[in-house]
Amino acid sequence: MATDSYHYTLSELMVVAAARQIADGEIVFVGMRLPLLGFLLAKLTHAPNAVGIYELGIVRDTPAPEPILTMGDLPNLFRAKWLSDTSDVMGLLQNGTIDVSFIGGAQVDRFGNLNTSYIMNSGKITTRLPGSGGACDLASLAKRHIIVMSHEKHRLVPKVDYITSPGYGDGPGWREKSGLPRGGPSAVITSCGIMKFDSVLKEMLLVSIHPGVTVRHILENTGWPLKIKDSLEKTPVPTEYELEILRELDPEGYWTGS
Amino acid sequence: MAPASKLMSLFEAIKLYVPDGSEVVMGTSLETLIPFAAGHEIIRQKKHDLTLIGTISDILFDQLVGAGCVGKIRAAWVGNVITGSSYNFRRSVEGGDLKMEDHSNLTLAMALKAGAMGVPFMPALTGLGSDLFKTNTSLKKITCPFTGKTLTAVSAINPDVAIIHAQRSDEYGNAHLWGNLGVTSDACLASRYIIITAEEIVSPDVIESDPNRVITPGFRVSAVVHAPWGAHPSPVPGYYNRDHNAFIEYRSNSKTPQKFEKWMRDWIDDIKTSDDYIRLLGKERVVNLKLINHLLSEPADYGY
Repeated sequence: MATDSYHYTLSELMVVAAARQIADGEIVFVGMRLPLLGFLLAKLTHAPNAVGIYELGIVRDTPAPEPILTMGDLPNLFRAKWLSDTSDVMGLLQNGTIDVSFIGGAQVDRFGNLNTSYIMNSGKITTRLPGSGGACDLASLAKRHIIVMSHEKHRLVPKVDYITSPGYGDGPGWREKSGLPRGGPSAVITSCGIMKFDSVLKEMLLVSIHPGVTVRHILENTGWPLKIKDSLEKTPVPTEYELEILRELDPEGYWTGS
Repeated sequence: MAPASKLMSLFEAIKLYVPDGSEVVMGTSLETLIPFAAGHEIIRQKKHDLTLIGTISDILFDQLVGAGCVGKIRAAWVGNVITGSSYNFRRSVEGGDLKMEDHSNLTLAMALKAGAMGVPFMPALTGLGSDLFKTNTSLKKITCPFTGKTLTAVSAINPDVAIIHAQRSDEYGNAHLWGNLGVTSDACLASRYIIITAEEIVSPDVIESDPNRVITPGFRVSAVVHAPWGAHPSPVPGYYNRDHNAFIEYRSNSKTPQKFEKWMRDWIDDIKTSDDYIRLLGKERVVNLKLINHLLSEPADYGY
């Protein structure tokens, strides 16, 4: 039954959708911001045996004992399973241990290539973004990675200005030809819906739309003619239990407020 | 003969070991233990043409860029971790005033690993197909001599100086660090000089009771500085929590060059000592950031 507390923000819906991409027992390389909450939510709901790896050199299999804003907050170090070097946890990524990773982006294209470095106009830098951080590594080396970002026409573009984090390049066979050992994006969770990738063409495919969003709105806000899956689904709304947990994790709504 | 003490003031350490044009690695534990006090002293001494090296930099690099100290950055990420982009960095790159070598966390870690190991490069599997190769001449594609597969070769980085904030150090540069350590160990081994800034200066007995916790052998360290609260607003495991508000306030205080000038006047120009800085922070802020839940590790027996 719907109650007042049952209303949710778009960010909460996105975090819940991200959390549901994690299967129990998976080794997860946890990114910044919404993915951080998505991992914690998954741990506290359907994936209690998931293990979190953080690029700072942190491994933990329990949520931090207190709400955290970022992975370097001291509660996230408290009773960790392992505190180590960045090259150690990057080694786990490179040697194929990581099942899934999450990254955010400023610009993504139809093959899931992600740009968090440079927005260009006629060969000139118009916006300098923060850069890769670990994102390029997560996209290159995890068995699969999930992209979480806002759905706007200038963000979902036919071709990114700069590939910070490789997706499927220009299509089938590109990752193998480039020398990447495995992986590729498995889903893109935006503020409007969820896209997956055609297994043959490696092109983005709309598979689910969020409640209250129309296909037309999505197509108008995507920079190329987005393909749509025949059996289009509706993204399930967060459950009351998921929202309750999420609000304990982000009590001030810093990341998931309206 | 007892070794000579390396204890000196922050002013002396930066004056001696960070000449103009130096390649400086700092912020090596990523979000924790960022040597802000040392960075601010670099700004006060108006160093210029520095090359900054780091994985992610949580606003310290932005401050040094805004102060005009930096000619080039070799890093994976420059911004404000909980708010996003950082403005001085953006202005400088977009205005063409700052050279950027784009790394990922893994390539930067491997560059320092190669530097630490004394080899010209380290192989990696990351970034293949990405455009990092276009904006980073330290990355090249090579063919593995054993498997014939394509690899990323990451050229070694050997910084002139590593600036490391530690929880505690003896006066000879043997320092204990704990928590997540990022690329700190390799950054120390790869660098020509090492400056340790520490929350506490302790006797060698304390350090030698737990040699596994020593970040790098003291004989390679050039300077040791007592710098309590020297990593604020980043967190120091065992000492103080992250001051989120400082990062949020910095976002608006760096939005325009004028605002940033004022921020520098308020937080950097008149600070001479750690005591000045702690006074500026104020009692309430200091108390609020201190640890509430302590967790002491069990002692390990190193006896024979």
